[in-house]
Order: sequence, then C-alpha cells, then structure tokens
Amino acid sequence: MDRQILVLILGTALVTYLPRMLPLVVLSRARLPEVFLRWLGFIPAAVLAALLAPGLLLPQGKLALTGNPYLLAAIPAGLVAVKTRSMALTIVSGMAAMVLFQYWL
Amino acid sequence: MQPQVEVSTVEENFSFYFTQGFRAALPIVLGYLPLGFAYGVLAREAGFSLWETVLLSVFLYAGSGQFIAVSLFSNGVALAAIIFTVFLVNLRHLLFSASFVPHLRRFKPAVLALLAAEITDETFAVAINHYAGHEPRLPYHFGLHLTAHSSWVLASLLGGLAGNLIGDPARFGFNFALPAMFIILLVMQLKDKKTLLVAGLAAVFSVAIALVWPGNWNIILATVLAATLGVILELWTGKS
Repeated sequence: MDRQILVLILGTALVTYLPRMLPLVVLSRARLPEVFLRWLGFIPAAVLAALLAPGLLLPQGKLALTGNPYLLAAIPAGLVAVKTRSMALTIVSGMAAMVLFQYWL
Repeated sequence: MQPQVEVSTVEENFSFYFTQGFRAALPIVLGYLPLGFAYGVLAREAGFSLWETVLLSVFLYAGSGQFIAVSLFSNGVALAAIIFTVFLVNLRHLLFSASFVPHLRRFKPAVLALLAAEITDETFAVAINHYAGHEPRLPYHFGLHLTAHSSWVLASLLGGLAGNLIGDPARFGFNFALPAMFIILLVMQLKDKKTLLVAGLAAVFSVAIALVWPGNWNIILATVLAATLGVILELWTGKS
C-alpha cells in the first residue's frame, strides 16, 4: 500500500473519530446543566435544516431559485412527508419527482 | 433450567431490536448506495487502489469527508492540510455525539466509544427521531449503524470495481434520496413553533454562510447559532 495514502486513511479516520466519540463518552459521566439539555433539544431540527437547505437552494454551490430540480422535488416530497409521515413514501415520491423534473428542465 | 430461559429471551430481544435497527437503516441505504458508488469511482480516478478505496470507507466513513480527501489528494495537496480539512468538515459530529448523551448515558463508556465510531448525519437523524418515542436499545443502535456502514463499504467496493461503467445514478433520482430523507426527518422534528423557528433560522444561516464562506463551516455554525438563539428566546419569554 502507498505510504502516503496509508497516513491519509489513518490520519483522517482519527480526526473524524475523536469528535464522534469524545462528547458521548466524556459527557455521559457528567451532570449536564438544564440549559445545555434544552440547547441539545434544538440540535436535531437545527442540523437537519442546516444540512437540507444548502442541498436544495445551492445544488451547484450557487443560489438557484428557478429551474432547480432539487427545489421543485422538495415540494411534493415535503407535502407527502407532512400528510403521510412515512419515510418510504417521502423518499419514493421525492425520487420520482426528481426523475421527472430532471427530464423536463 | 431458569438461566437457559433467560438467555433465550435475551437473544430474542437482541434479534428483535437489531432487526428494528436494520429496518430503520434501509432508507439510508437507498441514499448511500449511489453516493458510496460515486465515491468509489472518484477514489480510483484519484489514484487509490481498490483496497485503499474500501479501507477509507471502513475507517473514515464520512461521505463529504471522503469526497474531499480523495479530491484534495488527487490535486497534490499536502497530507497535513488534507487531514486538517477533513477534521473541520467532520467537526459537526461533536453535536450529534453530545445530543445522544441524555439517551445513552446509562451504557458503558467502552460500548459508547465503539458505537460512536459510526455516527453520521443520517444515522444520527434516524436514531434521535426514534429516541423521541422509544427506549434506547444498543442492539437497535448497532443494527442501524452496522447496516448503514456495510452498505457504504459495499457501495464503495462496487464503485471501485466498476469505474464509470454504469453512468450517472442521478438518472434514477438517487441524488434526491438523502435530501428526501432529511425532509421527512425534519418534518417529524417540527413539534412546536419554537422548533419551527429554530429550523427556519438554521436554514437561512446555513445558506447565507455557505454563500460567503465555502468549506462546510455552514452546517456547524448555523446549527450552533440557531439552537443558541432558540434557548435565548426560551429564557427571554420565560417558557420552559
């Protein structure tokens, strides 16, 4: 194996593992203040929105408000999500909408 | 023969919850297969052997981090700079890991250290949603993690083997599998107006920061900022 690539694999793996592991292992032994717990309660919704929004609005890294299949496909997927609360139906309808919009645009 | 009965009950529970985790991972697999495949193709083009391509998926196991690592490597960027960039890109896992603490703190640190190795955006979102209405179970969580990770490794292997033979998976809409999953998970998180406001702020911040400052900082900054504003607002209005 290429020595450079070996260092790259081990180095990137280590610096990725530490932030994944340390809070869970270290904070599990501490008493967490109430305000921190409330803050954590907002994290899932906030991080999902922060991950999703650029994927829909900046598909190529630039703001695309028209002719953007990601943004258009999010409309039927969002409606199905709110109506059915089903992950499978949301993903299938989103992917189907994506195929259609990519074909038309 | 009491002990034997107990053992078999434990085993049944294990396979029940492991299967539950496996099922919960299937939507993630749908998104990981094309993405991991694309990574495999890219890694081979960047000069990685098949073996190295797969090992990065086993040990690093972070989609955006892997894409960035192999593309920087093929551009001849210094190793230390690549490692530091991947560190920054993956720093958001701190938040996921901390968010699991209230749910998983009763388990042994050594087990948690193992479980934490396979936290991703997608497995975090699925598990934290599940724990809103279910008791945390290690077999569920490991079933979810191992299924998602295996599909990622398998997809990288196939991508590394096939090269650019199959063409663009976007033709089949696979490029929308993960955004659609984020949509449904976000919808399930929006239980009150406060959370809706925090999510809206995070979306706006994330896009704005990504536009002025490329390099994946937007996710962690927007999340921290929006959640902090949410807490401040809560304290301000005096509601618990």
